[in-house]
Amino acid sequence: MEQVMKRDRGSNNSEGLAPRPEFGKLSIRNAGKTYDPQGSAVVAVHDCSIEIEAGDFVAIVGPSGCGKSTLMNVLAGFDNVTSGEVYLDDSLLASPRQAPSPGADRVVVFQNGALFPWKTVLENVTYGLLKTNAMSRASAEEKAKDFLSRCGGLDKVMRSYPAQLSSGMQRRVEIVRALVNEPRILLLDEPFRAMDTISKTTMHQHLLKMYSTCRRTIVFITHDLEEAIYLSDKVIVMTTRPGTVKLELTVPLPRPRTPEMTASVEYMDLKKEAIESVHEEAKKAFERGERELA
Amino acid sequence: MNTVVRNEKYWLMAAGYIGAIFLWYASVKWLPISSFNRLPDPLSVIREWLSPDPSYGISIFTSDYYVHIWYSTYRAFTAFFLAVLLGVPLGIFMGWNAKFREFSGALVGLLRPIPPLAWVPLAILLFPGVEPAVIFVTFLVAFFATTMNTLVGVRSIDEDYFRAARCLGASRTDILRDVIVPGALPHIFTGLQIAMGAAWFSLVAGEMIAAQYGLGYVIWEAYNLIQYPTIVIGMATLGIVGFLSSAAIRWVGQRLMQWREESLGLGG
Repeated sequence: MEQVMKRDRGSNNSEGLAPRPEFGKLSIRNAGKTYDPQGSAVVAVHDCSIEIEAGDFVAIVGPSGCGKSTLMNVLAGFDNVTSGEVYLDDSLLASPRQAPSPGADRVVVFQNGALFPWKTVLENVTYGLLKTNAMSRASAEEKAKDFLSRCGGLDKVMRSYPAQLSSGMQRRVEIVRALVNEPRILLLDEPFRAMDTISKTTMHQHLLKMYSTCRRTIVFITHDLEEAIYLSDKVIVMTTRPGTVKLELTVPLPRPRTPEMTASVEYMDLKKEAIESVHEEAKKAFERGERELA
Repeated sequence: MNTVVRNEKYWLMAAGYIGAIFLWYASVKWLPISSFNRLPDPLSVIREWLSPDPSYGISIFTSDYYVHIWYSTYRAFTAFFLAVLLGVPLGIFMGWNAKFREFSGALVGLLRPIPPLAWVPLAILLFPGVEPAVIFVTFLVAFFATTMNTLVGVRSIDEDYFRAARCLGASRTDILRDVIVPGALPHIFTGLQIAMGAAWFSLVAGEMIAAQYGLGYVIWEAYNLIQYPTIVIGMATLGIVGFLSSAAIRWVGQRLMQWREESLGLGG
Protein backbone atom coordinates (compact mmCIF):
# COMPACT_ATOMS: atom_id res chain seq x y z
CA MET A 1 0.00 0.00 0.00
CA GLU A 2 2.79 2.35 0.97
CA GLN A 3 4.52 1.54 -2.30
CA VAL A 4 1.42 2.31 -4.30
CA MET A 5 0.92 5.52 -2.43
CA LYS A 6 4.43 6.64 -3.26
CA ARG A 7 3.78 5.90 -6.89
CA ASP A 8 0.71 8.06 -6.68
CA ARG A 9 2.58 10.91 -5.10
CA GLY A 10 5.10 10.61 -7.87
CA SER A 11 2.37 10.75 -10.45
CA ASN A 12 2.08 14.49 -10.10
CA ASN A 13 4.02 14.82 -13.26
CA SER A 14 2.14 12.05 -15.00
CA GLU A 15 0.71 12.82 -18.37
CA GLY A 16 -1.35 16.01 -18.52
CA LEU A 17 -1.41 16.74 -14.81
CA ALA A 18 -0.22 20.24 -14.04
CA PRO A 19 2.45 20.60 -11.33
CA ARG A 20 1.40 21.05 -7.73
CA PRO A 21 0.37 24.67 -7.07
CA GLU A 22 2.43 26.67 -4.64
CA PHE A 23 -0.52 27.53 -2.41
CA GLY A 24 -3.54 25.68 -1.17
CA LYS A 25 -2.30 23.61 1.76
CA LEU A 26 -5.18 23.16 4.14
CA SER A 27 -4.92 22.08 7.74
CA ILE A 28 -8.01 21.50 9.84
CA ARG A 29 -6.96 20.91 13.45
CA ASN A 30 -9.38 19.53 16.02
CA ALA A 31 -12.14 21.65 14.57
CA GLY A 32 -15.52 21.55 16.22
CA LYS A 33 -18.84 23.27 15.71
CA THR A 34 -21.65 23.39 18.22
CA TYR A 35 -24.93 25.02 17.33
CA ASP A 36 -26.86 26.43 20.21
CA PRO A 37 -29.98 28.05 18.87
CA GLN A 38 -32.48 27.21 21.62
CA GLY A 39 -30.23 26.42 24.52
CA SER A 40 -29.92 22.77 23.57
CA ALA A 41 -26.44 22.36 22.16
CA VAL A 42 -26.21 20.41 18.92
CA VAL A 43 -22.71 19.21 18.11
CA ALA A 44 -22.47 19.26 14.33
CA VAL A 45 -18.73 18.66 14.06
CA HIS A 46 -16.50 17.28 16.79
CA ASP A 47 -12.71 17.15 16.96
CA CYS A 48 -12.21 16.93 13.25
CA SER A 49 -8.66 16.95 11.84
CA ILE A 50 -7.85 16.85 8.15
CA GLU A 51 -4.59 17.63 6.36
CA ILE A 52 -4.70 18.44 2.67
CA GLU A 53 -1.61 19.09 0.55
CA ALA A 54 -1.63 21.89 -1.98
CA GLY A 55 -3.06 20.66 -5.26
CA ASP A 56 -4.72 17.53 -3.85
CA PHE A 57 -8.18 16.43 -4.82
CA VAL A 58 -9.94 15.39 -1.63
CA ALA A 59 -13.45 14.06 -1.34
CA ILE A 60 -15.42 14.24 1.89
CA VAL A 61 -18.11 11.59 2.12
CA GLY A 62 -20.66 10.84 4.77
CA PRO A 63 -24.34 10.37 5.49
CA SER A 64 -26.58 13.40 5.70
CA GLY A 65 -26.09 15.25 8.96
CA CYS A 66 -22.41 14.34 9.22
CA GLY A 67 -21.32 17.95 9.21
CA LYS A 68 -20.04 18.02 5.62
CA SER A 69 -21.87 21.23 4.91
CA THR A 70 -20.81 22.76 8.20
CA LEU A 71 -17.21 22.06 7.31
CA MET A 72 -17.76 23.52 3.87
CA ASN A 73 -19.28 26.67 5.35
CA VAL A 74 -16.31 27.13 7.64
CA LEU A 75 -13.82 26.71 4.80
CA ALA A 76 -15.79 29.10 2.59
CA GLY A 77 -16.02 31.64 5.37
CA PHE A 78 -19.78 31.61 5.86
CA ASP A 79 -19.59 30.18 9.37
CA ASN A 80 -17.09 29.81 12.19
CA VAL A 81 -15.80 26.95 14.29
CA THR A 82 -16.50 26.84 18.03
CA SER A 83 -13.29 24.92 18.80
CA GLY A 84 -10.03 24.10 17.05
CA GLU A 85 -8.36 25.93 14.17
CA VAL A 86 -8.22 25.91 10.42
CA TYR A 87 -5.04 26.99 8.66
CA LEU A 88 -4.66 27.80 5.01
CA ASP A 89 -1.01 27.84 3.92
CA ASP A 90 0.08 28.28 7.52
CA SER A 91 -2.01 31.38 8.11
CA LEU A 92 -4.95 31.11 10.45
CA LEU A 93 -8.23 30.99 8.56
CA ALA A 94 -10.69 30.22 11.32
CA SER A 95 -10.68 29.77 15.08
CA PRO A 96 -13.28 30.47 17.76
CA ARG A 97 -11.69 33.91 18.14
CA GLN A 98 -11.27 34.60 14.46
CA ALA A 99 -14.34 34.38 12.28
CA PRO A 100 -13.44 33.64 8.68
CA SER A 101 -14.84 35.75 5.88
CA PRO A 102 -15.44 34.64 2.30
CA GLY A 103 -12.86 35.47 -0.31
CA ALA A 104 -11.86 34.68 -3.85
CA ASP A 105 -9.05 32.41 -2.62
CA ARG A 106 -11.70 29.86 -1.58
CA VAL A 107 -14.46 29.75 -4.15
CA VAL A 108 -17.53 27.56 -3.75
CA VAL A 109 -19.48 25.79 -6.46
CA PHE A 110 -22.95 25.36 -5.01
CA GLN A 111 -25.17 22.32 -4.88
CA ASN A 112 -28.06 23.93 -6.73
CA GLY A 113 -25.99 26.17 -8.95
CA ALA A 114 -25.51 29.86 -8.33
CA LEU A 115 -24.56 31.38 -11.65
CA PHE A 116 -26.16 34.81 -11.75
CA PRO A 117 -29.06 34.28 -14.17
CA TRP A 118 -29.08 38.00 -15.04
CA LYS A 119 -25.48 37.97 -16.22
CA THR A 120 -24.11 36.34 -19.35
CA VAL A 121 -21.61 33.52 -19.13
CA LEU A 122 -18.76 35.95 -19.76
CA GLU A 123 -20.05 38.44 -17.17
CA ASN A 124 -20.35 35.62 -14.66
CA VAL A 125 -16.85 34.35 -15.27
CA THR A 126 -15.21 37.78 -15.16
CA TYR A 127 -17.15 38.81 -12.05
CA GLY A 128 -14.60 37.64 -9.50
CA LEU A 129 -11.66 38.99 -11.50
CA LEU A 130 -13.23 42.43 -11.68
CA LYS A 131 -14.27 42.50 -8.02
CA THR A 132 -11.02 41.35 -6.47
CA ASN A 133 -8.12 42.09 -8.75
CA ALA A 134 -7.19 45.41 -10.16
CA MET A 135 -7.64 43.76 -13.52
CA SER A 136 -8.93 45.77 -16.44
CA ARG A 137 -12.13 44.58 -18.09
CA ALA A 138 -10.27 43.76 -21.28
CA SER A 139 -7.69 41.54 -19.62
CA ALA A 140 -10.33 39.92 -17.40
CA GLU A 141 -12.36 39.04 -20.49
CA GLU A 142 -9.24 37.76 -22.19
CA LYS A 143 -8.49 35.49 -19.25
CA ALA A 144 -12.11 34.35 -18.96
CA LYS A 145 -12.23 33.47 -22.66
CA ASP A 146 -9.00 31.52 -22.33
CA PHE A 147 -10.32 29.48 -19.40
CA LEU A 148 -13.69 28.95 -21.07
CA SER A 149 -12.12 27.70 -24.27
CA ARG A 150 -9.76 25.38 -22.41
CA CYS A 151 -12.72 23.84 -20.58
CA GLY A 152 -14.39 22.13 -23.47
CA GLY A 153 -15.05 25.05 -25.79
CA LEU A 154 -17.34 26.98 -23.47
CA ASP A 155 -16.22 30.24 -25.07
CA LYS A 156 -18.78 29.50 -27.78
CA VAL A 157 -21.60 30.23 -25.34
CA MET A 158 -20.03 33.18 -23.53
CA ARG A 159 -22.68 35.64 -24.72
CA SER A 160 -25.53 33.39 -23.58
CA TYR A 161 -27.45 33.67 -20.37
CA PRO A 162 -27.20 30.68 -18.01
CA ALA A 163 -30.80 29.60 -18.55
CA GLN A 164 -30.06 29.08 -22.23
CA LEU A 165 -27.48 26.40 -21.39
CA SER A 166 -27.97 22.78 -20.40
CA SER A 167 -27.58 22.05 -16.70
CA GLY A 168 -24.27 20.29 -17.38
CA MET A 169 -22.92 23.34 -19.18
CA GLN A 170 -24.12 25.59 -16.37
CA ARG A 171 -22.18 23.44 -13.92
CA ARG A 172 -19.04 23.65 -16.01
CA VAL A 173 -19.36 27.42 -16.38
CA GLU A 174 -19.76 27.71 -12.64
CA ILE A 175 -16.60 25.68 -12.09
CA VAL A 176 -14.78 27.90 -14.57
CA ARG A 177 -16.13 30.99 -12.78
CA ALA A 178 -14.39 29.66 -9.66
CA LEU A 179 -11.19 28.42 -11.33
CA VAL A 180 -10.54 31.61 -13.25
CA ASN A 181 -9.77 33.35 -9.96
CA GLU A 182 -7.01 30.79 -9.36
CA PRO A 183 -8.28 30.11 -5.85
CA ARG A 184 -6.15 28.35 -3.30
CA ILE A 185 -9.01 25.96 -2.70
CA LEU A 186 -11.94 25.06 -4.88
CA LEU A 187 -14.90 23.96 -2.79
CA LEU A 188 -17.39 21.77 -4.60
CA ASP A 189 -20.58 21.19 -2.60
CA GLU A 190 -22.24 18.12 -4.11
CA PRO A 191 -22.15 19.77 -7.51
CA PHE A 192 -23.52 16.82 -9.49
CA ARG A 193 -26.14 15.76 -6.99
CA ALA A 194 -29.18 16.39 -9.16
CA MET A 195 -27.74 14.74 -12.28
CA ASP A 196 -28.49 11.41 -13.90
CA THR A 197 -25.72 8.82 -14.11
CA ILE A 198 -24.77 9.51 -17.72
CA SER A 199 -24.49 13.28 -17.31
CA LYS A 200 -22.60 12.69 -14.11
CA THR A 201 -20.01 10.52 -15.88
CA THR A 202 -19.55 13.20 -18.53
CA MET A 203 -19.21 15.84 -15.85
CA HIS A 204 -16.59 13.74 -14.08
CA GLN A 205 -14.47 13.70 -17.24
CA HIS A 206 -14.84 17.45 -17.60
CA LEU A 207 -13.93 18.07 -13.99
CA LEU A 208 -10.90 15.77 -14.18
CA LYS A 209 -9.70 17.57 -17.27
CA MET A 210 -10.16 20.95 -15.61
CA TYR A 211 -8.29 19.65 -12.59
CA SER A 212 -5.40 18.35 -14.64
CA THR A 213 -4.98 21.59 -16.59
CA CYS A 214 -5.78 24.15 -13.88
CA ARG A 215 -4.68 22.19 -10.85
CA ARG A 216 -5.95 23.52 -7.53
CA THR A 217 -6.65 22.05 -4.12
CA ILE A 218 -10.15 20.65 -4.44
CA VAL A 219 -12.44 19.80 -1.57
CA PHE A 220 -15.30 17.84 -3.03
CA ILE A 221 -18.30 17.17 -0.82
CA THR A 222 -20.50 14.28 -1.87
CA HIS A 223 -22.49 11.36 -0.58
CA ASP A 224 -21.66 9.29 -3.65
CA LEU A 225 -18.78 6.98 -2.73
CA GLU A 226 -18.00 5.84 -6.24
CA GLU A 227 -17.64 9.37 -7.51
CA ALA A 228 -15.48 10.20 -4.51
CA ILE A 229 -13.06 7.35 -5.17
CA TYR A 230 -13.01 7.86 -8.90
CA LEU A 231 -12.18 11.56 -8.74
CA SER A 232 -9.98 12.08 -5.73
CA ASP A 233 -6.55 11.43 -4.27
CA LYS A 234 -7.95 10.99 -0.82
CA VAL A 235 -11.42 10.05 0.42
CA ILE A 236 -12.40 11.16 3.89
CA VAL A 237 -15.34 9.33 5.39
CA MET A 238 -17.12 11.23 8.13
CA THR A 239 -19.18 9.84 10.96
CA THR A 240 -22.75 10.74 11.59
CA ARG A 241 -23.45 13.60 14.01
CA PRO A 242 -21.30 14.68 15.75
CA GLY A 243 -19.28 14.63 12.57
CA THR A 244 -15.66 13.61 12.75
CA VAL A 245 -13.22 11.75 10.54
CA LYS A 246 -13.92 8.05 10.59
CA LEU A 247 -11.67 6.87 7.81
CA GLU A 248 -9.09 8.34 5.49
CA LEU A 249 -8.54 6.40 2.30
CA THR A 250 -5.69 7.19 -0.05
CA VAL A 251 -6.65 6.44 -3.63
CA PRO A 252 -3.64 5.02 -5.47
CA LEU A 253 -5.26 5.00 -8.91
CA PRO A 254 -2.99 6.78 -11.39
CA ARG A 255 -4.02 9.88 -13.32
CA PRO A 256 -5.41 10.51 -15.83
CA ARG A 257 -8.37 8.59 -14.50
CA THR A 258 -10.47 6.72 -17.02
CA PRO A 259 -13.92 5.20 -16.59
CA GLU A 260 -12.42 1.71 -17.12
CA MET A 261 -10.57 2.09 -13.83
CA THR A 262 -13.86 1.72 -12.02
CA ALA A 263 -13.65 -1.97 -12.94
CA SER A 264 -10.11 -2.45 -11.58
CA VAL A 265 -9.33 -4.54 -8.54
CA GLU A 266 -7.78 -1.59 -6.74
CA TYR A 267 -10.92 0.45 -7.19
CA MET A 268 -13.13 -2.41 -6.05
CA ASP A 269 -11.08 -2.96 -2.91
CA LEU A 270 -11.24 0.70 -2.00
CA LYS A 271 -14.93 0.79 -2.65
CA LYS A 272 -15.50 -2.23 -0.44
CA GLU A 273 -13.56 -0.71 2.41
CA ALA A 274 -15.34 2.61 2.09
CA ILE A 275 -18.78 1.10 1.72
CA GLU A 276 -18.44 -0.84 4.96
CA SER A 277 -17.36 2.30 6.75
CA VAL A 278 -20.10 4.50 5.34
CA HIS A 279 -22.74 1.85 5.76
CA GLU A 280 -22.06 1.62 9.47
CA GLU A 281 -22.53 5.36 9.81
CA ALA A 282 -25.60 5.46 7.62
CA LYS A 283 -27.15 2.75 9.77
CA LYS A 284 -26.39 4.69 12.92
CA ALA A 285 -27.86 7.85 11.46
CA PHE A 286 -30.92 5.98 10.29
CA GLU A 287 -31.50 4.32 13.64
CA ARG A 288 -31.09 7.60 15.43
CA GLY A 289 -33.59 9.17 13.04
CA GLU A 290 -36.03 6.38 13.86
CA ARG A 291 -35.49 6.96 17.56
CA GLU A 292 -35.97 10.68 17.23
CA LEU A 293 -39.19 10.19 15.33
CA ALA A 294 -40.51 7.61 17.79
CA MET B 1 -48.14 26.35 -37.60
CA ASN B 2 -47.14 29.42 -35.66
CA THR B 3 -48.95 31.84 -37.96
CA VAL B 4 -52.06 29.67 -37.84
CA VAL B 5 -52.03 29.81 -34.06
CA ARG B 6 -51.47 33.56 -34.15
CA ASN B 7 -54.27 34.13 -36.64
CA GLU B 8 -56.59 32.06 -34.53
CA LYS B 9 -55.63 34.18 -31.54
CA TYR B 10 -56.56 37.40 -33.34
CA TRP B 11 -59.83 35.91 -34.54
CA LEU B 12 -60.70 34.91 -31.02
CA MET B 13 -59.84 38.36 -29.73
CA ALA B 14 -62.02 39.98 -32.38
CA ALA B 15 -64.81 37.53 -31.59
CA GLY B 16 -64.57 38.55 -27.94
CA TYR B 17 -65.03 42.21 -28.78
CA ILE B 18 -67.85 41.60 -31.21
CA GLY B 19 -69.60 39.31 -28.72
CA ALA B 20 -69.37 41.89 -25.95
CA ILE B 21 -70.63 44.72 -28.13
CA PHE B 22 -73.48 42.58 -29.38
CA LEU B 23 -74.43 41.67 -25.80
CA TRP B 24 -74.39 45.36 -24.92
CA TYR B 25 -76.53 46.24 -27.91
CA ALA B 26 -78.96 43.42 -27.22
CA SER B 27 -79.40 44.22 -23.55
CA VAL B 28 -80.02 47.93 -24.21
CA LYS B 29 -82.32 47.45 -27.18
CA TRP B 30 -84.20 44.23 -26.55
CA LEU B 31 -84.10 43.44 -22.84
CA PRO B 32 -87.48 44.29 -21.28
CA ILE B 33 -85.90 46.13 -18.35
CA SER B 34 -86.41 49.88 -18.37
CA SER B 35 -83.25 50.73 -16.47
CA PHE B 36 -81.24 48.98 -19.20
CA ASN B 37 -83.20 50.62 -21.98
CA ARG B 38 -82.29 54.14 -20.96
CA LEU B 39 -78.58 53.46 -21.39
CA PRO B 40 -76.91 54.39 -24.69
CA ASP B 41 -76.35 51.62 -27.23
CA PRO B 42 -72.89 51.07 -28.76
CA LEU B 43 -73.74 52.86 -31.97
CA SER B 44 -74.81 56.10 -30.31
CA VAL B 45 -71.72 56.04 -28.10
CA ILE B 46 -69.44 55.60 -31.10
CA ARG B 47 -71.33 58.26 -33.03
CA GLU B 48 -70.89 60.70 -30.15
CA TRP B 49 -67.26 59.72 -29.63
CA LEU B 50 -66.36 60.31 -33.26
CA SER B 51 -68.57 63.30 -33.82
CA PRO B 52 -66.93 66.62 -34.83
CA ASP B 53 -69.88 68.30 -33.12
CA PRO B 54 -70.79 66.17 -30.07
CA SER B 55 -74.14 66.69 -28.37
CA TYR B 56 -72.57 66.62 -24.89
CA GLY B 57 -69.32 68.42 -25.53
CA ILE B 58 -66.84 65.56 -25.50
CA SER B 59 -65.50 63.67 -28.52
CA ILE B 60 -62.15 62.96 -30.12
CA PHE B 61 -62.49 66.28 -31.96
CA THR B 62 -62.82 68.46 -28.89
CA SER B 63 -59.81 69.80 -27.03
CA ASP B 64 -61.61 69.25 -23.69
CA TYR B 65 -61.37 65.51 -24.24
CA TYR B 66 -57.59 65.68 -24.36
CA VAL B 67 -57.38 68.08 -21.42
CA HIS B 68 -59.21 65.49 -19.32
CA ILE B 69 -57.00 62.66 -20.56
CA TRP B 70 -53.93 64.79 -19.92
CA TYR B 71 -55.01 65.59 -16.34
CA SER B 72 -55.71 61.99 -15.48
CA THR B 73 -52.54 60.70 -17.10
CA TYR B 74 -50.47 63.37 -15.45
CA ARG B 75 -51.90 62.54 -12.03
CA ALA B 76 -51.59 58.78 -12.47
CA PHE B 77 -48.01 58.99 -13.67
CA THR B 78 -46.93 61.54 -11.06
CA ALA B 79 -48.36 59.30 -8.35
CA PHE B 80 -46.89 56.23 -9.99
CA PHE B 81 -43.39 57.65 -10.33
CA LEU B 82 -43.44 58.98 -6.78
CA ALA B 83 -44.48 55.53 -5.64
CA VAL B 84 -41.65 53.90 -7.58
CA LEU B 85 -39.12 56.45 -6.40
CA LEU B 86 -40.01 55.91 -2.75
CA GLY B 87 -41.40 52.37 -2.79
CA VAL B 88 -38.61 50.53 -4.57
CA PRO B 89 -35.77 51.83 -2.35
CA LEU B 90 -37.91 51.33 0.74
CA GLY B 91 -38.77 47.76 -0.28
CA ILE B 92 -35.14 47.00 -1.02
CA PHE B 93 -34.04 48.45 2.27
CA MET B 94 -36.71 46.48 4.13
CA GLY B 95 -35.54 43.31 2.41
CA TRP B 96 -31.91 44.06 3.08
CA ASN B 97 -32.06 45.03 6.73
CA ALA B 98 -33.92 42.73 9.10
CA LYS B 99 -34.12 45.30 11.90
CA PHE B 100 -35.65 47.90 9.65
CA ARG B 101 -38.07 45.33 8.27
CA GLU B 102 -39.37 44.55 11.73
CA PHE B 103 -39.51 48.23 12.57
CA SER B 104 -41.53 49.22 9.52
CA GLY B 105 -43.30 45.97 8.67
CA ALA B 106 -46.00 46.20 11.32
CA LEU B 107 -46.81 49.79 10.40
CA VAL B 108 -47.08 49.02 6.70
CA GLY B 109 -49.17 45.97 7.51
CA LEU B 110 -51.68 48.17 9.30
CA LEU B 111 -51.79 51.07 6.85
CA ARG B 112 -51.95 49.01 3.70
CA PRO B 113 -55.47 47.59 4.12
CA ILE B 114 -57.01 51.08 4.51
CA PRO B 115 -58.89 51.64 1.23
CA PRO B 116 -57.64 54.66 -0.73
CA LEU B 117 -61.04 56.36 -0.64
CA ALA B 118 -60.92 56.46 3.13
CA TRP B 119 -57.91 58.75 2.79
CA VAL B 120 -59.73 61.35 0.70
CA PRO B 121 -61.08 63.57 3.49
CA LEU B 122 -57.79 63.50 5.33
CA ALA B 123 -55.90 64.22 2.12
CA ILE B 124 -58.09 67.22 1.36
CA LEU B 125 -57.56 68.56 4.88
CA LEU B 126 -53.83 67.93 4.72
CA PHE B 127 -53.00 69.37 1.34
CA PRO B 128 -53.56 72.83 -0.03
CA GLY B 129 -55.94 72.31 -2.90
CA VAL B 130 -57.49 69.40 -4.67
CA GLU B 131 -54.67 68.51 -7.04
CA PRO B 132 -52.11 67.26 -4.47
CA ALA B 133 -54.88 65.55 -2.51
CA VAL B 134 -55.96 63.48 -5.50
CA ILE B 135 -52.37 62.66 -6.35
CA PHE B 136 -51.67 61.68 -2.75
CA VAL B 137 -54.56 59.24 -2.65
CA THR B 138 -53.46 57.77 -5.95
CA PHE B 139 -49.89 57.58 -4.78
CA LEU B 140 -50.74 55.69 -1.60
CA VAL B 141 -52.03 52.50 -3.20
CA ALA B 142 -49.31 52.48 -5.83
CA PHE B 143 -46.73 52.99 -3.11
CA PHE B 144 -47.89 50.05 -1.02
CA ALA B 145 -48.04 47.74 -4.03
CA THR B 146 -44.53 48.73 -5.11
CA THR B 147 -43.01 48.47 -1.64
CA MET B 148 -44.53 45.11 -0.79
CA ASN B 149 -43.62 43.49 -4.10
CA THR B 150 -40.08 44.83 -3.95
CA LEU B 151 -39.74 43.45 -0.44
CA VAL B 152 -41.02 40.05 -1.55
CA GLY B 153 -38.63 40.23 -4.49
CA VAL B 154 -35.59 40.82 -2.30
CA ARG B 155 -36.64 38.15 0.18
CA SER B 156 -37.12 35.57 -2.57
CA ILE B 157 -33.55 35.80 -3.87
CA ASP B 158 -31.74 32.52 -3.26
CA GLU B 159 -29.19 32.78 -0.45
CA ASP B 160 -26.61 31.08 -2.67
CA TYR B 161 -26.42 34.12 -4.95
CA PHE B 162 -25.38 36.25 -1.99
CA ARG B 163 -22.82 33.65 -0.97
CA ALA B 164 -21.48 33.26 -4.48
CA ALA B 165 -21.05 37.01 -4.79
CA ARG B 166 -19.23 37.18 -1.46
CA CYS B 167 -16.97 34.30 -2.50
CA LEU B 168 -16.07 36.19 -5.63
CA GLY B 169 -15.06 39.23 -3.64
CA ALA B 170 -18.15 41.42 -3.87
CA SER B 171 -18.60 44.18 -1.30
CA ARG B 172 -21.94 45.06 0.28
CA THR B 173 -22.64 47.70 -2.33
CA ASP B 174 -21.61 45.30 -5.11
CA ILE B 175 -24.13 42.82 -3.73
CA LEU B 176 -26.81 45.49 -3.69
CA ARG B 177 -26.15 46.38 -7.32
CA ASP B 178 -25.31 42.95 -8.74
CA VAL B 179 -27.53 40.62 -6.74
CA ILE B 180 -30.35 42.39 -4.92
CA VAL B 181 -31.53 44.78 -7.62
CA PRO B 182 -31.40 42.38 -10.59
CA GLY B 183 -32.64 39.50 -8.44
CA ALA B 184 -35.66 41.44 -7.23
CA LEU B 185 -36.43 42.99 -10.61
CA PRO B 186 -39.01 40.41 -11.75
CA HIS B 187 -41.03 40.97 -8.57
CA ILE B 188 -40.51 44.72 -8.74
CA PHE B 189 -42.04 44.80 -12.20
CA THR B 190 -44.96 42.67 -11.09
CA GLY B 191 -45.40 45.27 -8.36
CA LEU B 192 -45.24 48.11 -10.86
CA GLN B 193 -47.97 46.52 -12.99
CA ILE B 194 -50.18 46.17 -9.93
CA ALA B 195 -49.26 49.69 -8.81
CA MET B 196 -50.24 51.15 -12.19
CA GLY B 197 -53.59 49.38 -12.11
CA ALA B 198 -54.19 50.46 -8.54
CA ALA B 199 -53.16 54.03 -9.36
CA TRP B 200 -55.81 54.34 -12.09
CA PHE B 201 -58.35 52.70 -9.84
CA SER B 202 -57.97 55.13 -6.98
CA LEU B 203 -57.33 58.08 -9.26
CA VAL B 204 -60.76 57.78 -10.82
CA ALA B 205 -62.36 57.43 -7.43
CA GLY B 206 -60.48 60.50 -6.23
CA GLU B 207 -61.41 62.51 -9.32
CA MET B 208 -65.07 61.66 -8.93
CA ILE B 209 -65.07 63.16 -5.48
CA ALA B 210 -62.64 66.02 -5.62
CA ALA B 211 -61.57 67.26 -9.02
CA GLN B 212 -62.49 69.63 -11.79
CA TYR B 213 -60.74 67.80 -14.57
CA GLY B 214 -59.91 64.25 -15.45
CA LEU B 215 -61.66 61.17 -16.78
CA GLY B 216 -63.14 60.28 -13.38
CA TYR B 217 -64.59 63.77 -13.22
CA VAL B 218 -65.96 63.40 -16.78
CA ILE B 219 -67.75 60.18 -15.88
CA TRP B 220 -69.27 61.55 -12.70
CA GLU B 221 -70.21 64.85 -14.26
CA ALA B 222 -71.85 63.13 -17.23
CA TYR B 223 -73.85 61.01 -14.81
CA ASN B 224 -75.07 64.06 -12.94
CA LEU B 225 -75.99 65.86 -16.16
CA ILE B 226 -77.64 62.77 -17.66
CA GLN B 227 -75.18 62.71 -20.58
CA TYR B 228 -75.08 58.94 -20.76
CA PRO B 229 -72.96 58.41 -23.89
CA THR B 230 -70.21 60.53 -22.33
CA ILE B 231 -70.09 58.17 -19.33
CA VAL B 232 -69.24 55.32 -21.64
CA ILE B 233 -66.74 57.42 -23.59
CA GLY B 234 -64.95 58.19 -20.32
CA MET B 235 -64.95 54.55 -19.30
CA ALA B 236 -63.67 53.29 -22.65
CA THR B 237 -60.94 55.94 -22.67
CA LEU B 238 -59.85 54.80 -19.21
CA GLY B 239 -59.66 51.26 -20.49
CA ILE B 240 -57.43 52.31 -23.38
CA VAL B 241 -55.15 54.59 -21.33
CA GLY B 242 -54.84 52.02 -18.55
CA PHE B 243 -53.99 49.29 -21.02
CA LEU B 244 -51.35 51.46 -22.69
CA SER B 245 -49.68 52.35 -19.40
CA SER B 246 -49.49 48.69 -18.40
CA ALA B 247 -48.08 47.82 -21.80
CA ALA B 248 -45.42 50.51 -21.38
CA ILE B 249 -44.32 49.00 -18.06
CA ARG B 250 -44.23 45.51 -19.56
CA TRP B 251 -42.10 46.83 -22.41
CA VAL B 252 -39.59 48.48 -20.07
CA GLY B 253 -39.49 45.33 -17.93
CA GLN B 254 -38.73 43.15 -20.94
CA ARG B 255 -35.93 45.51 -21.98
CA LEU B 256 -34.39 45.31 -18.51
CA MET B 257 -34.80 41.58 -18.07
CA GLN B 258 -33.68 40.04 -21.30
CA TRP B 259 -32.04 37.24 -19.38
CA ARG B 260 -35.45 36.20 -18.20
CA GLU B 261 -37.15 36.60 -21.51
CA GLU B 262 -34.62 34.35 -23.18
CA SER B 263 -34.65 31.82 -20.43
CA LEU B 264 -38.39 31.49 -20.77
CA GLY B 265 -37.99 30.99 -24.47
CA LEU B 266 -40.08 34.07 -25.26
CA GLY B 267 -37.34 36.08 -26.89
CA GLY B 268 -36.30 36.03 -30.51
